[in-house]
Amino acid sequence: MSFWQFLQSNWPELVTLIREHLVLVFISIVVAVAIGVPTGILLTRYRAWRGPVLGIANVMQTIPSLALFGFLIPVPFIGGIGTRTALVALVLYSLLPIIRNTVTGILGVEPSVREAAVAMGMTDSQVLRQVELPLAAGVIVTGVRVATVIAVGVTTIAAAVGAGGLGVYIFRGLRQYDNNLLLAGAVSAALLALAADFLLGLIERRFSYERARKRTVSLKVVFAVFALLVALGVAFWQFSKSPATANRVVVGSKDFTESALLAEILAQMLEARGVTVERRFELGGNLPHEAMVSGTLDLYPEYTGTSYTAILRHTPITDPRAVYEQVKREYADNFKVEVSSPLGFENTFAILVRGNDARQLNLKTISDAAPQTPKWRAGFGQDFMSRADGYPGFSKAYNLNFAEVREMDLSLTYIALSSRQVDLIAGNSTEGRIAQLDLVQLADDRRYFPPYEAVYLIRQDTLARTPQLREAVARLANAISTEEMRQLNYEIDGNKRDPKEVVRTWLAQKQF
Amino acid sequence: MNAAADNPLVQFKNVSVSLSGNPILSNLDLTVERGETLVLLGESGCGKTTTLKLVNRLLQPTLGEVMVEGKSTTAWDPIALRRHIGYVIQEGGLFPHFTIARNVGLVPSLSGWEEARIDDRVRELLNLVGLDPDRFAERYPRQLSGGQRQRVGVARALAADPPLMLLDEPFGALDPLTRASLQREFADLSRRLGKTAILVTHDVREALALADRVGLMHKGRLLLLESPDGFRASNNPQARAYLETLE
Repeated sequence: MSFWQFLQSNWPELVTLIREHLVLVFISIVVAVAIGVPTGILLTRYRAWRGPVLGIANVMQTIPSLALFGFLIPVPFIGGIGTRTALVALVLYSLLPIIRNTVTGILGVEPSVREAAVAMGMTDSQVLRQVELPLAAGVIVTGVRVATVIAVGVTTIAAAVGAGGLGVYIFRGLRQYDNNLLLAGAVSAALLALAADFLLGLIERRFSYERARKRTVSLKVVFAVFALLVALGVAFWQFSKSPATANRVVVGSKDFTESALLAEILAQMLEARGVTVERRFELGGNLPHEAMVSGTLDLYPEYTGTSYTAILRHTPITDPRAVYEQVKREYADNFKVEVSSPLGFENTFAILVRGNDARQLNLKTISDAAPQTPKWRAGFGQDFMSRADGYPGFSKAYNLNFAEVREMDLSLTYIALSSRQVDLIAGNSTEGRIAQLDLVQLADDRRYFPPYEAVYLIRQDTLARTPQLREAVARLANAISTEEMRQLNYEIDGNKRDPKEVVRTWLAQKQF
Repeated sequence: MNAAADNPLVQFKNVSVSLSGNPILSNLDLTVERGETLVLLGESGCGKTTTLKLVNRLLQPTLGEVMVEGKSTTAWDPIALRRHIGYVIQEGGLFPHFTIARNVGLVPSLSGWEEARIDDRVRELLNLVGLDPDRFAERYPRQLSGGQRQRVGVARALAADPPLMLLDEPFGALDPLTRASLQREFADLSRRLGKTAILVTHDVREALALADRVGLMHKGRLLLLESPDGFRASNNPQARAYLETLE
């Protein structure tokens, strides 16, 4: 699909994402100005506070954005997932340039001018409002301009906590190895940053008094642009509010295609049953779990093995029944969360090699491949490298000794393998591209990997107040085979079809 | 005549100022008569600007008292005191983001005058300092020459018709020709308006040309307070040193 065709068919979604992006940036900058400028003014009056406050704001900016989002999730009132958390993080990022430029701007006012103002009999607030702020305005606007450009960039990360925006395309594009998505997300974000920079640059130029101005922008134009931005912001904000209903279910998903697909399946089934659904898809790491336990999410798809090792922190075991039963019991006791019946397929780690290698060397099992590993390079996702049932135990169980182990983004490992950058990877057994790229899965002959049966995790109170939910989940028990899941994944990752459309077709076939 | 008018306009009573332990001004006793132009002469760091700033309470005495119209500056409301005193500094200290009209009309507008009255006053003052209101009122300070800016600074200080003017090296940054003509105009103006003025300078020629009395300051002390003729005749070594530069 060409980029142009992609834009044509995804235009409405792209516009929605841009709108979400602008709303996030606009609101956070307004809030940051409302906090930052008064703070900066106070710092010019109370010298002793200057160091500590600027220091804290400085530290805020050095925290990597994904980490800052992570810190905020468990915090009550301002944390959680979604727009609010993203706004808090964006405001924290935007504060430093605004506070610093307010201080610099005011302290940079010519001392003789300030002294003249005092000597004319101006009160402190008159000096501030009539002399210091107008003369510092250019520098302050520069700060706002810097903060806005930063915010446009950081907002792309906000997609990781389910706040939407253009980051949704960027994350999805990275995951699905889809350049159209990446381009659409990144180019739009870059254009937004340039546009914001240009508009604020116009306002900034209005405030330079010392240099002779050749072409001045009239104050009217500045106000008009500002009013337009406010109007757009308000309109978008109103428009993006979802109606609050008592019978509303927030469906979440992890940040990979299959999780989003499973979430979409249940979401569409609920909508068909008259339930209002709010989608919070593509949440990274442990976010969906944290969010569900804190109540901002009602349900999300998960795998029993992941819950067993990553959440409940048990040592991996291989009996599927035992894992399922224990997960079900502990989730009910610890989190008041119900574990649905298994959906019928497993998404376990698939140890993959190139089809050619498998045929030439006659490799069927992981044990067969072990002697080759000193000549091989391996490529593993960050997740596999760090988890309890991941690389350390795996290499020990099979006595593997790779020439080199590369840690990279999971979705890139498939391409890396087929293009001979690496020789062995740990993919997902339901990955749609396995057949397409002629990759072969080696059997786990020592039964190292724990079972990863797909289930839905659902808050008990949500189940109690939504009878349609119990009925829909019951119908999905044992309803999806591994081959079916692989096919569904391939429709999206391989054929680049719209997930909603894929799910709709599948549901119609299944007559759910 | 009211009681205030019987008091000297400005009186320093044994005033000392030190900043973080360093004496800037020591035991100053000085009375400024109504209608006179008092010039404080001295090199930089001698305490002359400090003396000036004590009058409109930009600084406060460490010891002693500064009386304005018979009332200590610390007893004055500082805002009222400053609106009562005109202040002119080098380069005018104009607000770069205000038009000339707004600069000149500043104190009246702070004092809540009606707009029509401010407009009239601004035109009157610009004419007084030799700037055509129609040409200059809507310009910004950066569009004026140094001499023109200085004229605006004087007009601004005169705006609310204060009885007292403080001038801190008002002509210091100007080229010699502009300086000479502005000095002449200022002398003429202050005589005509009957203002009391305290002017600070390091230029002995300027001091002798403008002063009714010259106060010579050195290292925080007032060494000499004389009429220009008395100053010329003085045997004080500092005064002699200044006078030698004239020859």
